[in-house]
Amino acid sequence: MSAVLEKAVMDVPFGSLEQVRSSASSVEAVSGSFALVDVSVAYGSEMVIEGVNMLVPSRAVTALIGPSGCGKSTLLRCLNRMNDEIGGVRVGGTITLDGLDIYQKGVDPVDLRTRVGQVFQRPNPFPMSIYDNVAFGPRTQGLRKREELDEIIESSLRDAALWEEVKNHLKKHAFELSGGQQQRLCIARALATKPEVLLMDEPASALDPISTQQIEDTIAELKNLVTIVIVTHNMQQAARISDQTAFMLRESMDQPAHLVEVGDTKRMFTNPEDKRTESYITGRFG
Amino acid sequence: MTVTPTTKAGRHLGRATRRRAAEAVVRTLVYAAGLLSIVILAAIAIFLFVEARKAINEVGLGTMLTATSWFPTGTPKIFGFLPLIAGSLSVTAVALVVFVPIGIGSAIFISEFSAGWFKEAMKSVIEFMAAVPSVVYGFLGVAVLIPWVKATFNLTSGMTALTGGLVLGIMSLPTVISISEDALHAVPDALRQGSLALGNTRWQTVYKVVVPSASSGIFAGVMLGLGRAIGETMAVLMLTGNAAIIPTSVLESVRTMTGTIAAEMGEVVFGGLHYSVLFAVGLVLFGITFAINLAADLVLERQRKRWRR
Amino acid sequence: MTAPMSNRTGRARRARVVEGVMKVVTGACVAMVIGAALFVLGKIIVAGLPGISLEFLFSKPGMGMRAGGIFPVIMGTLMLVTLTGVLVLPLGVMAGIYLSEYAPKNLMTRIVRLSIANMAGVPSIVYGLFGLAVFVLLMQIGKSLLASALTLTCLTLPVIITTTEEALRQIPADLRQAALALGATRWRAISKVVLPAAAPGIVTGSILGLSRAAGETAPILVTGAAFFLPKLPDSVTSQYMSLPYHLYVLATQVPNVPPEITWGTAFVLVVGVSIVSMFAAAWRSAQRKKVKW
Repeated sequence: MSAVLEKAVMDVPFGSLEQVRSSASSVEAVSGSFALVDVSVAYGSEMVIEGVNMLVPSRAVTALIGPSGCGKSTLLRCLNRMNDEIGGVRVGGTITLDGLDIYQKGVDPVDLRTRVGQVFQRPNPFPMSIYDNVAFGPRTQGLRKREELDEIIESSLRDAALWEEVKNHLKKHAFELSGGQQQRLCIARALATKPEVLLMDEPASALDPISTQQIEDTIAELKNLVTIVIVTHNMQQAARISDQTAFMLRESMDQPAHLVEVGDTKRMFTNPEDKRTESYITGRFG
Repeated sequence: MTVTPTTKAGRHLGRATRRRAAEAVVRTLVYAAGLLSIVILAAIAIFLFVEARKAINEVGLGTMLTATSWFPTGTPKIFGFLPLIAGSLSVTAVALVVFVPIGIGSAIFISEFSAGWFKEAMKSVIEFMAAVPSVVYGFLGVAVLIPWVKATFNLTSGMTALTGGLVLGIMSLPTVISISEDALHAVPDALRQGSLALGNTRWQTVYKVVVPSASSGIFAGVMLGLGRAIGETMAVLMLTGNAAIIPTSVLESVRTMTGTIAAEMGEVVFGGLHYSVLFAVGLVLFGITFAINLAADLVLERQRKRWRR
Repeated sequence: MTAPMSNRTGRARRARVVEGVMKVVTGACVAMVIGAALFVLGKIIVAGLPGISLEFLFSKPGMGMRAGGIFPVIMGTLMLVTLTGVLVLPLGVMAGIYLSEYAPKNLMTRIVRLSIANMAGVPSIVYGLFGLAVFVLLMQIGKSLLASALTLTCLTLPVIITTTEEALRQIPADLRQAALALGATRWRAISKVVLPAAAPGIVTGSILGLSRAAGETAPILVTGAAFFLPKLPDSVTSQYMSLPYHLYVLATQVPNVPPEITWGTAFVLVVGVSIVSMFAAAWRSAQRKKVKW
């Protein structure tokens, strides 16, 4: 076994590289779990992420942490192939969703994204009514029946903990909501396509503390429903809401970023294996 | 919290072929529309050339560009472009004298010395001036400027290169002002503040720092104004008297290239020699304005890159 | 110690004086511009308004255009602009979508952009020649509304393209990403989210472009505008009368036209064209301020 591969095995959480591999090819895996095997990302000729091996367990919150510029968001966008929309990005290695390689030929990223939803850094509701925002995804999939739509919209808004606030104003323009409400609307919009996974890219970084608290509460509830992968630069937030934490680091600009450590959140924050993880976490805690 | 059960056994990640096909059709249409501008521009050049070929064959490009008189219906017919080119140039030169100082001066005042509300108001003024059709400028020139030029310079006719040029100068102002003002506006404020902090007055800042930084944009504005002046048709047709003689002063009547095409195209036999010669005039006009616009575009693009950070 | 000090203040004072002078000089330039605009507007209103009446707007010209109104002239221009709009909007908006949403960053796209900028600078009379050669003669449409509209389509295209692209670029990339992340195709993201959001900008920009087209004279002079017609055009292949050409005819081709008819025509043209576009521009800038992304 080469040194590189040996190191990769060390990095793998919840067992060995073989376990990740076998999970990657197992079709029976629990729905909404990712397995990443030796994943790398290159912008043009520049390698920005290298050698990421990890599992994303189903119905749990996985937090991606690390200093800014370490490629957390880029890795996140590999999971719903949003990187495809930017020219010149190449993804290497294997990423499987419930045993299916999402980069293999015949996989349509458009279909993938109905199974893997995303919530963005800044609230970005469409310039239309609350109702039409949430209905966008189902309508995209061809759903036209009014009663079915109504039902999906109510359940999505309930799941995003927004229903009580907006149930009498569904025709109101989304821009009239507050920032925090807009972000929960975006969560509801993503939930309406009934995804198995929800990717969240620093979803609370543009919000005030109270709205942030509400989003965190929502996430805690949502993990019973979907797998959540969240990028955050807020240590406390990662500690509060996640079950598993992955720490990424780009040690210098000539080197690609890599996964330093991944594991159970409690263990990571109390007893990190890697010195770099420890210094990052403690540095942030002050 | 309602937990919707998610059994995804039936969901797969295959391609929906119909959706793919629709997407491909739209993409093709959009790409085709995107390339339309190249097609039209090329078609303009090609058809001008095709229609001018008879003139080039029978009269000769050299003769047309060097002969000093224009008698399209006389015997013998003489198709010399020099009087027309000289006419266009004299009118444009007068316009240049009007719009360069007033245009740049206005742009500097609007960008550097005026408050926000004034800038907004000036946008409307400039929008209005740009929106007034050229035939209206021509008509106003006929009604107001021709009698004034006639009386002031004691001429037998007020239809002169000066008359046309003055109106053209005013018509080109919106182009020059808006592009120069954009260029001045694009200069980062940090540069201004740096200069003011060194103890320069606002004016010193303007001419030592801001205008040099914006010079390429201002140059492009002047070029585009020039292009507009050379290509303008109706106002000059109505105001310059249309005598096809190489002028010796701006107080003489001139015939421009654009005016010639507009005035004579109504009277020619389609497909005949005179018709073809008029297309040759159009070809020359197209060549001149194309060169001017290309130069302005390239300069503008370079400037845009410069401030893009 | 005092000598350099006073020297310096002397220089500063001179700089202040120069600054004051330059403010006056550049201010005078602006005053001239405003003066010219006010003169144009004022003269047209003062001289044109007395000629405006319902009869003038809704009756045919009579007595060799020395009496009567300009109804067929107004209608001709409206028809021409409508037809041009129908032709140019789909093409221009699609091309704008191409540039904003699809165009790769390569040499071809640069050439497309240069072509568009250059098309905007081609003299209008050259478009007239092109329309005459291609639409009137080669395609045998003849001098007609359609030939003129096609010519004006070419002329207006760069305006519509630029205005569409600009409006689409105002829409934040976030919105496109959000739509794509919901499983929308590129086209669905554009047609359902981006395009509706950009619609106010595209509409007002198009109104501006089309109102400019309404004032063009040179291109229609050689492709279909008629000196005088006894009736309205009955099909797109008929010739037509038009406001700008009619004004040209009244001002230079027909002797002894009563001034209120000529000025009234100019008034209708200027009000119709410039006021519409001024309001469109004002509305657009208000709209931009209202919606903050």
